[in-house]
Amino acid sequence: MFNYAPMYGVLMAFENFSPVKGILGSPWAGLKYFDRFVHSYQFSALFVNTLGLSLYLLLASFPLPIILALTFNRVRGRAARGAIQTISYAPHFISVVVVVSMMSILLSPTSGLVNLLSQSLGGKAVNYLAEPSWFKTLYVASDIWQHTGWNSIIYFAALSAIDPELYDAAKVDGAGAWLQVIRIELPCLAPTIVVLLILNTGSIINVGFEKTYLMQNALNLSSSEVIATYVYKVGLQSLQYSYSAAIGLFTNVISFVLLAAVNLFARRVGGASLW
Amino acid sequence: MARRIKTGDLAFDLIVFLICAVTVVAVAYPLYFIVIASFSDPVAVRSGEVWLSPKGATLEGYRRIFENERLWRGYLNTILYTVAGSFFGLAVTIPPAYALSRRDFRLRKPLNFYFIFTMFFSGGLIPTYMVVNKVGLSNSAWVMIVLWGFNTYNMIIARTFFESNVPSELLDAARIDGCGTTRFFLKIVLPVSQAVISVIFLFNVVWKWNEYFTALIYLRDQALMPLQIVLREILLQNDMFRNGQGASGASTIANLGDLIKFGIIIVSTVPVMVLYPFLQKYFQKGVMIGAVKG
Repeated sequence: MFNYAPMYGVLMAFENFSPVKGILGSPWAGLKYFDRFVHSYQFSALFVNTLGLSLYLLLASFPLPIILALTFNRVRGRAARGAIQTISYAPHFISVVVVVSMMSILLSPTSGLVNLLSQSLGGKAVNYLAEPSWFKTLYVASDIWQHTGWNSIIYFAALSAIDPELYDAAKVDGAGAWLQVIRIELPCLAPTIVVLLILNTGSIINVGFEKTYLMQNALNLSSSEVIATYVYKVGLQSLQYSYSAAIGLFTNVISFVLLAAVNLFARRVGGASLW
Repeated sequence: MARRIKTGDLAFDLIVFLICAVTVVAVAYPLYFIVIASFSDPVAVRSGEVWLSPKGATLEGYRRIFENERLWRGYLNTILYTVAGSFFGLAVTIPPAYALSRRDFRLRKPLNFYFIFTMFFSGGLIPTYMVVNKVGLSNSAWVMIVLWGFNTYNMIIARTFFESNVPSELLDAARIDGCGTTRFFLKIVLPVSQAVISVIFLFNVVWKWNEYFTALIYLRDQALMPLQIVLREILLQNDMFRNGQGASGASTIANLGDLIKFGIIIVSTVPVMVLYPFLQKYFQKGVMIGAVKG
Protein backbone atom coordinates (compact mmCIF):
# COMPACT_ATOMS: atom_id res chain seq x y z
CA MET A 1 0.00 0.00 0.00
CA PHE A 2 2.75 2.42 0.86
CA ASN A 3 4.31 1.90 -2.52
CA TYR A 4 1.91 4.54 -3.65
CA ALA A 5 3.26 7.13 -1.29
CA PRO A 6 5.91 8.58 -3.64
CA MET A 7 3.29 8.95 -6.32
CA TYR A 8 1.34 11.31 -4.15
CA GLY A 9 4.38 13.48 -3.96
CA VAL A 10 4.74 13.63 -7.72
CA LEU A 11 1.10 14.49 -8.17
CA MET A 12 1.10 17.21 -5.63
CA ALA A 13 3.99 18.88 -7.35
CA PHE A 14 1.54 19.95 -9.98
CA GLU A 15 -1.04 21.11 -7.58
CA ASN A 16 -1.09 23.66 -4.87
CA PHE A 17 1.63 22.64 -2.50
CA SER A 18 4.92 23.07 -4.25
CA PRO A 19 4.10 26.50 -5.67
CA VAL A 20 4.46 27.73 -2.11
CA LYS A 21 8.13 26.77 -2.21
CA GLY A 22 8.77 28.99 -5.19
CA ILE A 23 7.23 31.90 -3.38
CA LEU A 24 9.26 31.35 -0.24
CA GLY A 25 12.50 31.23 -2.18
CA SER A 26 12.25 34.85 -3.26
CA PRO A 27 12.64 37.99 -1.14
CA TRP A 28 9.66 38.80 1.00
CA ALA A 29 7.35 41.46 -0.39
CA GLY A 30 4.67 41.29 2.24
CA LEU A 31 1.26 42.30 1.09
CA LYS A 32 2.62 44.83 -1.39
CA TYR A 33 1.14 43.15 -4.45
CA PHE A 34 -2.21 42.46 -2.88
CA ASP A 35 -2.37 46.07 -1.90
CA ARG A 36 -1.43 47.15 -5.40
CA PHE A 37 -4.15 45.05 -6.94
CA VAL A 38 -6.91 46.19 -4.62
CA HIS A 39 -5.97 49.81 -5.24
CA SER A 40 -5.31 49.53 -8.96
CA TYR A 41 -7.62 51.34 -11.30
CA GLN A 42 -8.80 48.14 -13.03
CA PHE A 43 -9.77 46.53 -9.77
CA SER A 44 -13.38 47.64 -9.62
CA ALA A 45 -14.01 46.98 -13.32
CA LEU A 46 -12.49 43.51 -13.10
CA PHE A 47 -14.44 42.72 -10.02
CA VAL A 48 -17.71 43.92 -11.47
CA ASN A 49 -17.16 42.05 -14.73
CA THR A 50 -16.21 38.85 -12.99
CA LEU A 51 -19.01 38.86 -10.47
CA GLY A 52 -21.52 40.09 -13.01
CA LEU A 53 -20.68 37.35 -15.44
CA SER A 54 -20.67 34.55 -12.91
CA LEU A 55 -23.83 35.62 -11.12
CA TYR A 56 -25.62 36.02 -14.44
CA LEU A 57 -24.40 32.58 -15.43
CA LEU A 58 -25.46 31.02 -12.15
CA LEU A 59 -28.91 32.58 -12.08
CA ALA A 60 -29.70 31.94 -15.73
CA SER A 61 -28.26 28.49 -16.11
CA PHE A 62 -28.74 26.83 -12.75
CA PRO A 63 -32.52 26.14 -12.85
CA LEU A 64 -32.56 24.88 -16.42
CA PRO A 65 -31.06 21.41 -15.94
CA ILE A 66 -33.57 20.81 -13.16
CA ILE A 67 -36.46 21.67 -15.44
CA LEU A 68 -34.99 19.58 -18.21
CA ALA A 69 -34.55 16.58 -15.93
CA LEU A 70 -38.13 16.89 -14.70
CA THR A 71 -39.22 16.99 -18.32
CA PHE A 72 -37.17 13.98 -19.37
CA ASN A 73 -38.56 12.08 -16.45
CA ARG A 74 -42.05 12.51 -17.89
CA VAL A 75 -41.30 11.42 -21.43
CA ARG A 76 -42.99 8.06 -21.71
CA GLY A 77 -41.36 6.23 -24.59
CA ARG A 78 -37.99 4.87 -23.56
CA ALA A 79 -36.53 5.14 -27.05
CA ALA A 80 -37.78 8.67 -27.56
CA ARG A 81 -36.38 9.75 -24.24
CA GLY A 82 -33.03 8.15 -24.98
CA ALA A 83 -32.84 9.93 -28.31
CA ILE A 84 -33.71 13.31 -26.84
CA GLN A 85 -31.19 12.86 -24.06
CA THR A 86 -28.46 11.83 -26.46
CA ILE A 87 -29.04 14.94 -28.54
CA SER A 88 -29.17 17.25 -25.58
CA TYR A 89 -25.91 15.98 -24.11
CA ALA A 90 -24.02 16.18 -27.38
CA PRO A 91 -22.75 19.79 -27.23
CA HIS A 92 -21.01 19.04 -23.97
CA PHE A 93 -18.38 17.15 -25.95
CA ILE A 94 -17.58 19.97 -28.31
CA SER A 95 -14.49 21.95 -27.49
CA VAL A 96 -14.65 25.55 -26.36
CA VAL A 97 -12.70 26.63 -29.40
CA VAL A 98 -15.31 25.14 -31.70
CA VAL A 99 -18.22 26.57 -29.74
CA VAL A 100 -16.78 30.05 -29.89
CA SER A 101 -16.07 29.69 -33.61
CA MET A 102 -19.60 28.53 -34.21
CA MET A 103 -20.79 31.65 -32.44
CA SER A 104 -18.56 33.83 -34.54
CA ILE A 105 -19.87 32.21 -37.71
CA LEU A 106 -23.55 32.25 -36.81
CA LEU A 107 -23.39 35.78 -35.42
CA SER A 108 -21.20 37.34 -38.08
CA PRO A 109 -22.52 40.79 -38.97
CA THR A 110 -22.24 40.23 -42.71
CA SER A 111 -22.96 36.58 -43.31
CA GLY A 112 -24.18 35.10 -40.03
CA LEU A 113 -27.50 33.32 -40.00
CA VAL A 114 -28.79 35.29 -37.03
CA ASN A 115 -28.19 38.65 -38.65
CA LEU A 116 -29.54 37.53 -42.00
CA LEU A 117 -32.70 36.42 -40.26
CA SER A 118 -33.15 39.60 -38.28
CA GLN A 119 -32.42 41.67 -41.37
CA SER A 120 -35.04 39.85 -43.39
CA LEU A 121 -37.49 40.67 -40.61
CA GLY A 122 -36.54 44.32 -40.94
CA GLY A 123 -33.98 44.47 -38.15
CA LYS A 124 -30.49 45.88 -38.27
CA ALA A 125 -27.29 43.89 -38.41
CA VAL A 126 -25.52 43.79 -35.08
CA ASN A 127 -21.92 42.79 -34.61
CA TYR A 128 -22.73 40.79 -31.50
CA LEU A 129 -19.25 39.63 -30.68
CA ALA A 130 -17.85 43.14 -30.75
CA GLU A 131 -20.54 44.68 -28.57
CA PRO A 132 -19.57 44.88 -24.90
CA SER A 133 -23.24 44.82 -23.94
CA TRP A 134 -23.76 41.47 -25.64
CA PHE A 135 -20.74 39.69 -24.26
CA LYS A 136 -22.26 38.39 -21.04
CA THR A 137 -25.46 37.24 -22.68
CA LEU A 138 -23.58 35.37 -25.39
CA TYR A 139 -21.31 33.79 -22.85
CA VAL A 140 -24.23 32.64 -20.75
CA ALA A 141 -26.38 31.55 -23.69
CA SER A 142 -23.64 29.44 -25.22
CA ASP A 143 -22.94 27.89 -21.85
CA ILE A 144 -26.59 27.00 -21.48
CA TRP A 145 -26.60 25.55 -24.98
CA GLN A 146 -23.56 23.47 -24.28
CA HIS A 147 -24.07 22.17 -20.78
CA THR A 148 -27.73 22.16 -19.78
CA GLY A 149 -28.39 18.69 -21.13
CA TRP A 150 -25.30 17.25 -19.55
CA ASN A 151 -25.96 18.88 -16.21
CA SER A 152 -29.45 17.41 -16.17
CA ILE A 153 -28.01 13.88 -15.89
CA ILE A 154 -27.36 14.21 -12.21
CA TYR A 155 -30.90 15.39 -11.47
CA PHE A 156 -32.33 12.77 -13.75
CA ALA A 157 -30.45 10.12 -11.82
CA ALA A 158 -31.93 11.43 -8.58
CA LEU A 159 -35.40 11.40 -10.11
CA SER A 160 -35.16 7.83 -11.31
CA ALA A 161 -34.28 6.79 -7.78
CA ILE A 162 -37.69 7.92 -6.51
CA ASP A 163 -39.80 5.06 -5.21
CA PRO A 164 -42.67 4.43 -7.68
CA GLU A 165 -44.97 3.79 -4.75
CA LEU A 166 -44.89 7.48 -3.98
CA TYR A 167 -46.42 8.21 -7.37
CA ASP A 168 -49.05 5.52 -6.92
CA ALA A 169 -49.99 6.91 -3.54
CA ALA A 170 -50.24 10.38 -5.04
CA LYS A 171 -52.50 9.14 -7.80
CA VAL A 172 -54.78 7.45 -5.30
CA ASP A 173 -55.02 10.72 -3.46
CA GLY A 174 -55.96 12.43 -6.70
CA ALA A 175 -52.80 14.46 -7.18
CA GLY A 176 -52.21 15.52 -10.77
CA ALA A 177 -48.87 15.80 -12.52
CA TRP A 178 -48.21 19.32 -11.25
CA LEU A 179 -48.75 18.36 -7.66
CA GLN A 180 -46.52 15.33 -8.10
CA VAL A 181 -43.74 17.57 -9.31
CA ILE A 182 -44.10 19.98 -6.43
CA ARG A 183 -44.73 17.51 -3.63
CA ILE A 184 -42.68 14.50 -4.67
CA GLU A 185 -40.03 15.34 -7.22
CA LEU A 186 -38.76 18.70 -6.04
CA PRO A 187 -38.32 17.57 -2.42
CA CYS A 188 -36.43 14.53 -3.64
CA LEU A 189 -34.14 16.74 -5.70
CA ALA A 190 -33.51 19.24 -2.92
CA PRO A 191 -30.29 17.70 -1.51
CA THR A 192 -28.76 17.43 -4.99
CA ILE A 193 -29.75 20.99 -5.77
CA VAL A 194 -28.15 22.29 -2.59
CA VAL A 195 -24.87 20.44 -3.14
CA LEU A 196 -24.58 21.65 -6.71
CA LEU A 197 -25.45 25.18 -5.70
CA ILE A 198 -22.67 25.12 -3.12
CA LEU A 199 -20.18 23.80 -5.66
CA ASN A 200 -21.19 26.48 -8.11
CA THR A 201 -20.77 29.33 -5.67
CA GLY A 202 -17.26 28.06 -5.06
CA SER A 203 -16.38 28.86 -8.64
CA ILE A 204 -18.06 32.25 -8.82
CA ILE A 205 -14.80 34.16 -8.95
CA ASN A 206 -12.98 31.69 -11.14
CA VAL A 207 -15.30 32.15 -14.06
CA GLY A 208 -13.99 30.23 -17.03
CA PHE A 209 -10.83 31.59 -18.50
CA GLU A 210 -10.96 29.56 -21.67
CA LYS A 211 -14.13 30.82 -23.19
CA THR A 212 -13.72 34.37 -21.99
CA TYR A 213 -10.27 34.53 -23.49
CA LEU A 214 -11.48 33.16 -26.81
CA MET A 215 -14.46 35.48 -26.97
CA GLN A 216 -12.42 38.51 -26.05
CA ASN A 217 -11.51 41.13 -28.59
CA ALA A 218 -10.36 44.72 -28.45
CA LEU A 219 -13.91 45.95 -28.85
CA ASN A 220 -15.66 44.06 -26.11
CA LEU A 221 -12.78 44.19 -23.64
CA SER A 222 -14.58 46.66 -21.39
CA SER A 223 -17.00 43.96 -20.31
CA SER A 224 -15.07 40.81 -21.09
CA GLU A 225 -11.92 41.40 -19.05
CA VAL A 226 -12.33 39.23 -15.97
CA ILE A 227 -9.88 38.42 -13.21
CA ALA A 228 -8.82 35.13 -14.78
CA THR A 229 -7.87 36.68 -18.10
CA TYR A 230 -6.19 39.59 -16.35
CA VAL A 231 -4.05 37.21 -14.32
CA TYR A 232 -2.98 35.51 -17.53
CA LYS A 233 -2.11 38.75 -19.27
CA VAL A 234 -0.29 40.31 -16.38
CA GLY A 235 1.53 37.14 -15.49
CA LEU A 236 2.45 35.43 -18.71
CA GLN A 237 2.28 38.19 -21.27
CA SER A 238 3.83 41.05 -19.32
CA LEU A 239 5.73 38.76 -16.94
CA GLN A 240 4.82 40.39 -13.66
CA TYR A 241 4.91 37.06 -11.89
CA SER A 242 4.50 38.11 -8.29
CA TYR A 243 1.75 40.59 -8.99
CA SER A 244 -0.18 38.09 -11.04
CA ALA A 245 0.34 35.31 -8.52
CA ALA A 246 -0.91 37.60 -5.79
CA ILE A 247 -4.09 38.29 -7.73
CA GLY A 248 -4.56 34.59 -8.33
CA LEU A 249 -4.12 33.77 -4.67
CA PHE A 250 -6.40 36.61 -3.69
CA THR A 251 -9.24 35.26 -5.79
CA ASN A 252 -8.63 31.69 -4.68
CA VAL A 253 -8.85 32.68 -1.05
CA ILE A 254 -12.05 34.59 -1.69
CA SER A 255 -13.70 31.73 -3.49
CA PHE A 256 -12.61 29.27 -0.84
CA VAL A 257 -14.00 31.44 1.93
CA LEU A 258 -17.18 31.91 -0.06
CA LEU A 259 -17.54 28.19 -0.52
CA ALA A 260 -16.94 27.49 3.15
CA ALA A 261 -19.46 30.16 4.12
CA VAL A 262 -22.19 28.87 1.82
CA ASN A 263 -21.49 25.34 2.97
CA LEU A 264 -21.79 26.35 6.61
CA PHE A 265 -25.01 28.18 5.86
CA ALA A 266 -26.46 25.18 4.03
CA ARG A 267 -25.50 22.87 6.85
CA ARG A 268 -27.14 25.10 9.44
CA VAL A 269 -30.30 25.53 7.43
CA GLY A 270 -30.87 22.29 5.63
CA GLY A 271 -28.42 19.74 6.94
CA ALA A 272 -26.80 19.31 3.53
CA SER A 273 -23.08 19.78 3.31
CA LEU A 274 -20.08 18.99 1.22
CA TRP A 275 -17.89 17.76 4.01
CA MET B 1 -62.33 18.14 -9.41
CA ALA B 2 -61.36 15.17 -11.56
CA ARG B 3 -61.91 17.27 -14.62
CA ARG B 4 -59.61 20.04 -13.45
CA ILE B 5 -56.86 17.55 -12.84
CA LYS B 6 -57.26 16.20 -16.34
CA THR B 7 -56.92 19.56 -18.03
CA GLY B 8 -54.01 20.30 -15.73
CA ASP B 9 -52.30 17.08 -16.75
CA LEU B 10 -52.95 17.81 -20.38
CA ALA B 11 -51.28 21.19 -20.05
CA PHE B 12 -48.45 19.44 -18.27
CA ASP B 13 -47.94 16.97 -21.07
CA LEU B 14 -48.04 19.78 -23.56
CA ILE B 15 -45.33 21.63 -21.69
CA VAL B 16 -43.23 18.49 -21.50
CA PHE B 17 -43.56 18.07 -25.21
CA LEU B 18 -42.72 21.72 -25.90
CA ILE B 19 -39.64 21.67 -23.73
CA CYS B 20 -38.39 18.55 -25.46
CA ALA B 21 -39.06 19.97 -28.89
CA VAL B 22 -37.38 23.28 -28.13
CA THR B 23 -34.40 21.53 -26.59
CA VAL B 24 -33.89 19.23 -29.53
CA VAL B 25 -34.20 21.98 -32.11
CA ALA B 26 -32.07 24.47 -30.20
CA VAL B 27 -29.32 21.97 -29.62
CA ALA B 28 -29.35 20.16 -32.91
CA TYR B 29 -29.95 22.98 -35.36
CA PRO B 30 -26.64 24.83 -35.00
CA LEU B 31 -24.83 21.52 -35.41
CA TYR B 32 -26.93 20.60 -38.41
CA PHE B 33 -26.33 23.98 -39.98
CA ILE B 34 -22.58 23.60 -39.71
CA VAL B 35 -22.80 20.19 -41.36
CA ILE B 36 -24.85 21.33 -44.34
CA ALA B 37 -22.88 24.54 -44.69
CA SER B 38 -19.65 22.59 -44.93
CA PHE B 39 -20.93 20.94 -48.13
CA SER B 40 -22.49 24.02 -49.66
CA ASP B 41 -21.43 26.75 -52.01
CA PRO B 42 -20.00 29.45 -49.71
CA VAL B 43 -21.69 32.23 -51.67
CA ALA B 44 -25.08 30.68 -51.01
CA VAL B 45 -24.21 30.29 -47.33
CA ARG B 46 -23.17 33.92 -47.08
CA SER B 47 -26.41 35.14 -48.55
CA GLY B 48 -28.50 32.99 -46.23
CA GLU B 49 -29.86 30.57 -48.81
CA VAL B 50 -28.58 27.57 -46.95
CA TRP B 51 -30.53 26.78 -43.87
CA LEU B 52 -32.46 23.57 -44.37
CA SER B 53 -30.52 21.67 -46.99
CA PRO B 54 -27.13 22.11 -48.66
CA LYS B 55 -26.93 24.12 -51.89
CA GLY B 56 -24.40 23.81 -54.65
CA ALA B 57 -22.82 20.75 -53.11
CA THR B 58 -19.05 20.89 -53.02
CA LEU B 59 -16.23 19.06 -51.38
CA GLU B 60 -13.75 21.85 -52.04
CA GLY B 61 -13.57 22.80 -48.36
CA TYR B 62 -12.70 19.27 -47.36
CA ARG B 63 -10.16 18.98 -50.15
CA ARG B 64 -8.37 22.08 -48.86
CA ILE B 65 -8.50 20.80 -45.32
CA PHE B 66 -6.95 17.50 -46.20
CA GLU B 67 -4.11 19.37 -47.86
CA ASN B 68 -3.42 21.47 -44.78
CA GLU B 69 -0.31 20.11 -43.16
CA ARG B 70 -0.59 22.20 -40.02
CA LEU B 71 -3.98 20.72 -39.28
CA TRP B 72 -2.78 17.17 -39.70
CA ARG B 73 0.15 17.72 -37.46
CA GLY B 74 -2.24 19.12 -34.88
CA TYR B 75 -4.42 16.09 -35.33
CA LEU B 76 -1.55 13.69 -34.82
CA ASN B 77 -0.31 15.61 -31.80
CA THR B 78 -3.75 15.56 -30.26
CA ILE B 79 -4.10 11.84 -30.83
CA LEU B 80 -0.74 11.27 -29.18
CA TYR B 81 -1.59 13.51 -26.21
CA THR B 82 -5.02 12.00 -25.87
CA VAL B 83 -3.95 8.39 -25.89
CA ALA B 84 -0.84 8.79 -23.77
CA GLY B 85 -2.46 11.30 -21.45
CA SER B 86 -5.53 9.16 -20.88
CA PHE B 87 -3.48 6.11 -19.99
CA PHE B 88 -1.27 8.19 -17.75
CA GLY B 89 -4.40 9.58 -16.12
CA LEU B 90 -5.62 6.08 -15.36
CA ALA B 91 -2.25 5.05 -13.98
CA VAL B 92 -2.19 7.88 -11.47
CA THR B 93 -5.88 7.94 -10.62
CA ILE B 94 -6.89 4.34 -10.07
CA PRO B 95 -4.24 3.23 -7.52
CA PRO B 96 -4.74 6.11 -5.08
CA ALA B 97 -8.50 5.76 -5.49
CA TYR B 98 -8.26 2.14 -4.48
CA ALA B 99 -5.96 2.94 -1.59
CA LEU B 100 -8.40 5.52 -0.30
CA SER B 101 -11.33 3.16 -0.65
CA ARG B 102 -9.80 0.68 1.76
CA ARG B 103 -11.16 1.25 5.22
CA ASP B 104 -8.13 -0.33 6.84
CA PHE B 105 -5.79 2.24 5.27
CA ARG B 106 -4.57 4.36 8.16
CA LEU B 107 -3.82 7.54 6.27
CA ARG B 108 -7.18 7.42 4.59
CA LYS B 109 -8.69 10.46 6.26
CA PRO B 110 -5.78 12.88 5.99
CA LEU B 111 -4.98 11.84 2.43
CA ASN B 112 -8.58 12.14 1.45
CA PHE B 113 -8.56 15.69 2.69
CA TYR B 114 -5.20 16.25 1.01
CA PHE B 115 -6.76 15.39 -2.35
CA ILE B 116 -10.13 17.00 -1.95
CA PHE B 117 -8.62 20.22 -0.75
CA THR B 118 -7.11 20.67 -4.20
CA MET B 119 -10.55 20.72 -5.72
CA PHE B 120 -11.42 23.90 -3.94
CA PHE B 121 -8.14 25.64 -3.60
CA SER B 122 -5.27 25.89 -6.01
CA GLY B 123 -2.00 27.73 -6.13
CA GLY B 124 -3.05 29.62 -9.20
CA LEU B 125 -1.80 30.02 -12.70
CA ILE B 126 1.56 31.63 -12.09
CA PRO B 127 2.86 29.35 -9.34
CA THR B 128 1.82 26.35 -11.41
CA TYR B 129 3.59 27.81 -14.39
CA MET B 130 6.75 28.28 -12.35
CA VAL B 131 6.70 24.69 -11.18
CA VAL B 132 6.16 23.34 -14.66
CA ASN B 133 9.04 25.45 -15.88
CA LYS B 134 11.32 24.36 -13.10
CA VAL B 135 10.58 20.69 -13.69
CA GLY B 136 11.50 21.28 -17.30
CA LEU B 137 8.18 20.28 -18.75
CA SER B 138 7.29 23.49 -20.52
CA ASN B 139 7.37 23.49 -24.29
CA SER B 140 7.58 19.72 -24.52
CA ALA B 141 5.06 17.09 -25.44
CA TRP B 142 5.29 15.77 -21.89
CA VAL B 143 3.46 18.71 -20.41
CA MET B 144 0.39 17.79 -22.45
CA ILE B 145 0.53 14.20 -21.28
CA VAL B 146 1.56 14.54 -17.67
CA LEU B 147 0.12 17.82 -16.44
CA TRP B 148 -3.32 17.52 -14.84
CA GLY B 149 -3.15 13.76 -15.33
CA PHE B 150 -4.54 13.35 -11.87
CA ASN B 151 -8.06 14.59 -11.49
CA THR B 152 -9.63 14.63 -8.06
CA TYR B 153 -13.14 14.34 -9.37
CA ASN B 154 -12.29 11.19 -11.32
CA MET B 155 -10.48 9.84 -8.30
CA ILE B 156 -13.63 10.29 -6.22
CA ILE B 157 -15.69 8.47 -8.82
CA ALA B 158 -13.29 5.55 -8.75
CA ARG B 159 -13.06 5.59 -4.97
CA THR B 160 -16.83 5.52 -4.59
CA PHE B 161 -17.01 2.65 -7.02
CA PHE B 162 -14.37 0.63 -5.18
CA GLU B 163 -16.05 1.32 -1.86
CA SER B 164 -19.33 -0.13 -2.98
CA ASN B 165 -18.16 -2.83 -5.38
CA VAL B 166 -15.10 -4.37 -3.81
CA PRO B 167 -16.29 -5.84 -0.52
CA SER B 168 -13.67 -6.41 2.15
CA GLU B 169 -14.77 -10.06 2.30
CA LEU B 170 -13.24 -10.45 -1.12
CA LEU B 171 -9.90 -9.29 0.20
CA ASP B 172 -10.18 -11.56 3.22
CA ALA B 173 -10.94 -14.51 1.00
CA ALA B 174 -7.99 -13.69 -1.23
CA ARG B 175 -5.71 -13.32 1.78
CA ILE B 176 -6.65 -16.78 3.01
CA ASP B 177 -5.68 -18.12 -0.36
CA GLY B 178 -2.32 -16.46 0.07
CA CYS B 179 -2.80 -13.51 -2.24
CA GLY B 180 -0.80 -10.38 -1.48
CA THR B 181 -2.14 -6.84 -1.67
CA THR B 182 -0.50 -5.98 -4.96
CA ARG B 183 -1.65 -9.16 -6.60
CA PHE B 184 -5.13 -8.70 -5.22
CA PHE B 185 -5.24 -5.24 -6.76
CA LEU B 186 -3.94 -6.37 -10.15
CA LYS B 187 -5.71 -9.69 -10.46
CA ILE B 188 -9.02 -9.07 -8.73
CA VAL B 189 -9.78 -5.39 -8.20
CA LEU B 190 -8.87 -4.20 -11.67
CA PRO B 191 -10.84 -6.88 -13.55
CA VAL B 192 -14.03 -6.34 -11.54
CA SER B 193 -13.74 -2.59 -11.99
CA GLN B 194 -13.67 -2.43 -15.75
CA ALA B 195 -16.81 -0.31 -15.79
CA VAL B 196 -15.38 2.52 -13.75
CA ILE B 197 -12.00 2.31 -15.43
CA SER B 198 -13.56 2.76 -18.83
CA VAL B 199 -15.65 5.66 -17.56
CA ILE B 200 -12.60 7.50 -16.32
CA PHE B 201 -10.67 6.67 -19.44
CA LEU B 202 -13.45 8.16 -21.56
CA PHE B 203 -13.67 11.29 -19.44
CA ASN B 204 -9.94 11.69 -19.91
CA VAL B 205 -10.14 11.14 -23.65
CA VAL B 206 -12.80 13.77 -24.23
CA TRP B 207 -11.09 16.24 -22.00
CA LYS B 208 -7.65 15.75 -23.52
CA TRP B 209 -9.09 15.94 -27.01
CA ASN B 210 -10.60 19.33 -26.26
CA GLU B 211 -7.72 20.64 -24.18
CA TYR B 212 -6.36 23.95 -25.30
CA PHE B 213 -5.51 25.99 -22.23
CA THR B 214 -2.46 23.93 -21.27
CA ALA B 215 -1.10 24.13 -24.78
CA LEU B 216 -1.73 27.85 -24.95
CA ILE B 217 0.29 28.43 -21.83
CA TYR B 218 3.05 25.89 -21.93
CA LEU B 219 3.78 25.16 -25.58
CA ARG B 220 5.69 27.47 -27.84
CA ASP B 221 6.91 25.19 -30.58
CA GLN B 222 4.58 25.13 -33.60
CA ALA B 223 5.35 21.48 -34.26
CA LEU B 224 3.95 20.48 -30.86
CA MET B 225 0.65 22.30 -31.07
CA PRO B 226 -2.47 20.18 -30.60
CA LEU B 227 -5.54 20.39 -32.78
CA GLN B 228 -7.39 22.89 -30.63
CA ILE B 229 -4.66 25.51 -30.92
CA VAL B 230 -4.51 25.06 -34.68
CA LEU B 231 -8.28 25.39 -34.74
CA ARG B 232 -8.11 28.59 -32.81
CA GLU B 233 -5.59 30.03 -35.23
CA ILE B 234 -7.61 29.06 -38.26
CA LEU B 235 -11.11 29.62 -36.95
CA LEU B 236 -10.80 32.61 -34.73
CA GLN B 237 -7.74 34.39 -35.95
CA ASN B 238 -8.42 33.76 -39.63
CA ASP B 239 -4.97 32.45 -40.07
CA MET B 240 -5.57 29.81 -42.69
CA PHE B 241 -3.19 31.20 -45.24
CA ARG B 242 -0.24 31.84 -43.04
CA ASN B 243 2.05 29.74 -45.14
CA GLY B 244 1.30 31.79 -48.21
CA GLN B 245 -0.98 29.31 -49.87
CA GLY B 246 -2.53 30.42 -53.14
CA ALA B 247 -4.23 33.77 -53.01
CA SER B 248 -6.55 34.88 -55.76
CA GLY B 249 -8.73 37.82 -54.88
CA ALA B 250 -9.97 38.75 -51.42
CA SER B 251 -13.54 37.52 -51.84
CA THR B 252 -12.51 34.09 -53.06
CA ILE B 253 -10.30 33.77 -50.03
CA ALA B 254 -13.09 34.89 -47.73
CA ASN B 255 -15.54 32.44 -49.28
CA LEU B 256 -13.09 29.61 -49.24
CA GLY B 257 -12.15 30.55 -45.71
CA ASP B 258 -15.75 30.14 -44.60
CA LEU B 259 -16.05 26.80 -46.28
CA ILE B 260 -12.85 25.63 -44.67
CA LYS B 261 -14.06 26.81 -41.28
CA PHE B 262 -17.23 24.77 -41.47
CA GLY B 263 -15.29 21.77 -42.66
CA ILE B 264 -12.69 22.06 -39.93
CA ILE B 265 -15.32 22.22 -37.24
CA ILE B 266 -16.72 18.98 -38.59
CA VAL B 267 -13.39 17.26 -39.03
CA SER B 268 -12.23 18.14 -35.53
CA THR B 269 -15.45 17.29 -33.77
CA VAL B 270 -16.52 14.18 -35.65
CA PRO B 271 -14.31 11.68 -33.80
CA VAL B 272 -15.82 12.59 -30.46
CA MET B 273 -19.33 12.97 -31.85
CA VAL B 274 -19.31 9.65 -33.66
CA LEU B 275 -18.08 7.73 -30.65
CA TYR B 276 -20.19 9.47 -28.08
CA PRO B 277 -23.68 7.98 -28.69
CA PHE B 278 -22.28 4.48 -28.31
CA LEU B 279 -20.50 5.37 -25.14
CA GLN B 280 -23.19 7.60 -23.70
CA LYS B 281 -24.28 5.09 -21.11
CA TYR B 282 -20.75 4.98 -19.71
CA PHE B 283 -20.59 8.73 -19.42
CA GLN B 284 -23.97 8.79 -17.77
CA LYS B 285 -22.86 6.09 -15.36
CA GLY B 286 -19.78 8.09 -14.51
CA VAL B 287 -21.76 11.16 -13.58
CA MET B 288 -24.12 9.03 -11.52
CA ILE B 289 -21.39 7.29 -9.56
CA GLY B 290 -19.83 10.64 -8.86
CA ALA B 291 -23.18 12.01 -7.74
CA VAL B 292 -23.46 9.54 -4.90
CA LYS B 293 -20.87 11.45 -2.99
CA GLY B 294 -19.91 14.80 -4.43
